[in-house]
Amino acid sequence: MDFKLTEEQQMLQETAERLVRDAYTFTKREHASKSEAGFSTEFWKQLGELGLTAIPFPEELGGFGGSGIENMLIMQELGKGICLEPFMESVILAGGLITQLGSEAQKEELLAGIASGELQAAVALDELHSHYDLSHVTTTATQQGSDWVLNGRKGVVIGGHTAGKILVSARNAGDTCDQQGISLFIVDPNSAGVTRRTYATVDGRKGCELFLDNAKGELLGTAGGAYDAISYQAGRAIAALCAEAVGAMRVLCDITLDYLKTRKQFGVVIGKFQVLQHRMVDMVSALERATSMAILAACLADDEDSAERSAKLSAAKFMVNRAARYVAEESIQLHGGIAMTWEYSGAHYAKRLVMISHQLGDDDHHLEAYAAQLSA
Amino acid sequence: MDIHFTPEQLAFRDEVREFLKQELPADIAAKVKLGKHMAKEDHERWQKILSAKGWYAPGWPVEHGGTDWGPVEKHIFDEESAAYGAPRLVPFGVNMVAPVIIKFGSEEQKRHYLPRILSGEDWWCQGYSEPGAGSDLASLKTRAVRDGDHYIVNGQKTWTTLGQHANWIFCLVRTDPEAQQQRGISFLLIDMATPGITVRPIYTLDGDHEVNEVFFDDVKVPVENLVGEENKGWTCAKYLLTHERTGLAGIGASKAAMRHLKRVATKQQKNGKPLIEDTLFRTQIAEVEMELMAAEMSTLRIVAAASEGGVPGAESSILKVQGTEIRQAITNLLRKALGPYALPFLPEELDYEYDGDVLLEDYSPALASSYFNMRKLSIFGGSNEIQKNIVSKMILEL
Ligand SMILES: Cc1cc2nc3c(=O)[nH]c(=O)nc-3n(C[C@H](O)[C@H](O)[C@H](O)COP(=O)(O)OP(=O)(O)OC[C@H]3O[C@@H](n4cnc5c(N)ncnc54)[C@H](O)[C@@H]3O)c2cc1C
Repeated sequence: MDFKLTEEQQMLQETAERLVRDAYTFTKREHASKSEAGFSTEFWKQLGELGLTAIPFPEELGGFGGSGIENMLIMQELGKGICLEPFMESVILAGGLITQLGSEAQKEELLAGIASGELQAAVALDELHSHYDLSHVTTTATQQGSDWVLNGRKGVVIGGHTAGKILVSARNAGDTCDQQGISLFIVDPNSAGVTRRTYATVDGRKGCELFLDNAKGELLGTAGGAYDAISYQAGRAIAALCAEAVGAMRVLCDITLDYLKTRKQFGVVIGKFQVLQHRMVDMVSALERATSMAILAACLADDEDSAERSAKLSAAKFMVNRAARYVAEESIQLHGGIAMTWEYSGAHYAKRLVMISHQLGDDDHHLEAYAAQLSA
Repeated sequence: MDIHFTPEQLAFRDEVREFLKQELPADIAAKVKLGKHMAKEDHERWQKILSAKGWYAPGWPVEHGGTDWGPVEKHIFDEESAAYGAPRLVPFGVNMVAPVIIKFGSEEQKRHYLPRILSGEDWWCQGYSEPGAGSDLASLKTRAVRDGDHYIVNGQKTWTTLGQHANWIFCLVRTDPEAQQQRGISFLLIDMATPGITVRPIYTLDGDHEVNEVFFDDVKVPVENLVGEENKGWTCAKYLLTHERTGLAGIGASKAAMRHLKRVATKQQKNGKPLIEDTLFRTQIAEVEMELMAAEMSTLRIVAAASEGGVPGAESSILKVQGTEIRQAITNLLRKALGPYALPFLPEELDYEYDGDVLLEDYSPALASSYFNMRKLSIFGGSNEIQKNIVSKMILEL
C-alpha cells in the first residue's frame, strides 16, 4: 500500500495546477462561458500543447500511458478552477471508447487528434427518458447496404455543440432496456440528417440535443455489442468526475473557511460562532470522505472489468455526489446572501458540484446499483 | 380536540375557492405553477382583483380596508390561494410597512399611505440589510442627519428585493451614532424618485434579477416621513420582523410545490416507468410529505392558539426553520426528477411568451434554477441559524 505520488505524477499535478491557476480567473471563466464555444478554446489548446490531453492514451498511440491516477490529478486541478472544457467527455470517455473498441484504422484516424486536442469529441449516451440508464436506448441503427443509418434523439451531449465527432449509442436489436443490441457509432455532426440544439448548462458549460434523422454513423466495435465497453468507460468517466468534484469541493471549502475568518457580524468574525465551526468541520469531513472515494475510484478505474469494480465505482459516485451537494448547500448557507450572487465565485462552484451528480448517475442511481449487488 | 374546520369555516373555504376559480387569471396561475417569470404587471393585476374584492389586506383593521377574518380564515385564504396558483403577495407594502404604519404611524401617514397601498399606486421595498449589516441588523450604518425639516440620508442598502419595481422604500437609518446600537435607529419612508438614489441590480446565481443595491447620496427626506419617534425605529423593526416570520414557513406554498412534484414525477421516467412508481424516489417524496404534514399541524396549532388570543412567539422560529427546510427538500427532489435534463439552462423558456421549441416539458426549465434560488429561504427573514439562536434563548433559556 502506498498513497504517495511518483515524481512524474507530482510533476503532472504541478503542471496542471500551474496551468489552471494562470489561465483561469473568474473573469476569464465568465468570458469563456459566454463565448460561442462555452469554454476557452485557448485553454483547450494549452491542454494539448502541454500534453495533458495525451496522458491517458497508450504509448503506441502517441500517449503517455497514464492510468486513473493521472486522470485524477488532472481532473482535480480542472475541478479547482471549475474549468469548462470537455476534458472528461473528449479525452477520457470518447478517447477511452475508441481505444477500447476502435479498429486500427479508426484509432489511427481519431486518437492522435483527441490526444493532441485538435479533435474535440463528445459522447451521446443519454436520452429523453433514460434517466442515467445507459442501456436505455431507443435511438435506432439500421444497416442499409454497407452504411448504418441512425434515427432518434440523444440528450444533454456536453461539448456536443463544438465536437468534431460525436460517439452515439444506438440500438440495432433488442428491446429498449436490453444490454444486448446496443452499438456505438462515430457521427460527424456536420453531416446530413444531424441537427443540434445548443444550450448553456446550469454550471456555465454548453451542450446540445442531437437529433438524428437518417443520419449516417460509422460503426465502432461490433454491432450490438457495445454495452460492456460503454459501461466500462463510463466507470472511468465516473472516476474522473469524482476527482473533479473533489477539486471543486476543496476550493469551495477554502473559500468558505476564508469567509468565516473575515466576515464580521455582532462584532466578531462569524467563524467564532460554534454552530458555524461545527458546520465547517462537517464540510471538511465530507471533503475527506469524498477524497478517499475519489482515490479509490481512480485506483480501480483502469482495472479489468468486474462486478466489484462497478460496485466500488458506484459507491464512489454515490459518496461524492452526496458530499458535493452537502458542501455546495452548506457553503451557500454559511456565507449568507453573498453566495447567492452571480458575481461570487463560490456560487459557481456550488452549481458545478450539484450538476456533477446529474452526469453519469445521481445518488439514487448509484445507491441502487450498489444495493443490487450486496451480498449477505 | 378536533382537527376539522367548523361548518362556517368550511363555507368560508368554499367562498374563497369559488372566488379563486372565477377571478384568478389563468395565465398568472400557470406562470406560478410552472415557475415562469412574473412581470410587475402580473403582480399588479392580481393585486387589483383582490383589492376590488376587499381581500388584498386581510390582516388590516376593517376601518383601513382590511377584513374581520380571524387567524383561521386568514390561514384558509393563504392555503387556498397557494393551492390555486395565486402569486405570493409582494409583502413589503401590504404586510410589512402597512402594519408598522398602522401601529406606529400618525393619522396623517395612515390616511396618505394606506389607500395608496390598497390601490396599488405604491410599490414598496424593504431597506434593512446593508453590506455590513445582515444578521446583525442593528449594526447598520446608513446615516440620516436632521437638517431643518429634512433628513439628509447617506449610505447603502442591499439585497433589496424587487427594488427595481418600487417607488417607495422603508429604511432603517441611523439617526444617533452616539447611542447604543439599537437606540439610535429610526424608521424612515423614502420616495425612490428623490434625487441622490441609485438602484443597481444584483444578479442571483440562477441568473435572475430579483435583488438590488440601493445607494443614497445626500438624499433629502422630509421629516414627516419618519414613522414613530426618532431613534425608536428598532421597535418598529422588531414588530415587523415577527410579522414577517409567521408567514415565512410557507406551508401553503410547500403543499402546492408537493403537488407539483408529484405531477412532475408522474411525467418523468426511470427504468421505463413513471418516476413516481420508483420505490426509491417515491420513498423520498413520502418522507418530505410526512414532514410537511407535521409542519402543517404545527401551523394549525399556532393558528388556533392565535385565534384564542395567543401571540405566536418563538414557535414561529421553529416553524420557519422546518418550513424552509421542507420547501428546499421539495426543490431538491424536483431537480433530481429531471435526471440529466437538470443540466440545460434555458432562461428563455422561463418566459411565458416563449413560443420556440420546448426542450423537455413546460415545467422543466424552472426546476434546477429554483433549487438554487430557494437556498435563499434559509438565509433571509432571519437566517435559520439566527432562528435557532432565538429559540435557544427565548424558549430554552440557554
Ligand atoms: C434573495 C434575498 C432577498 C433578500 N431580500 C431582502 C430585502 O428585500 N430587504 C432586506 O433588507 N434584506 C433582504 N435580504 C437580506 C437578508 O435579510 C440577509 O441576507 C440576512 O439577514 C443574512 O445576512 P447576510 O446575508 O449578511 O449574512 P450574515 O449575517 O453575514 O451571515 C453569514 C452566516 O453567518 C451566520 N450567522 C450570523 N450570525 C450568527 C450568529 N450569531 N450565530 C450563528 N450563526 C450566525 C448566518 O446564519 C449565515 O449562515 C435578502 C437576502 C436574500 C438572499
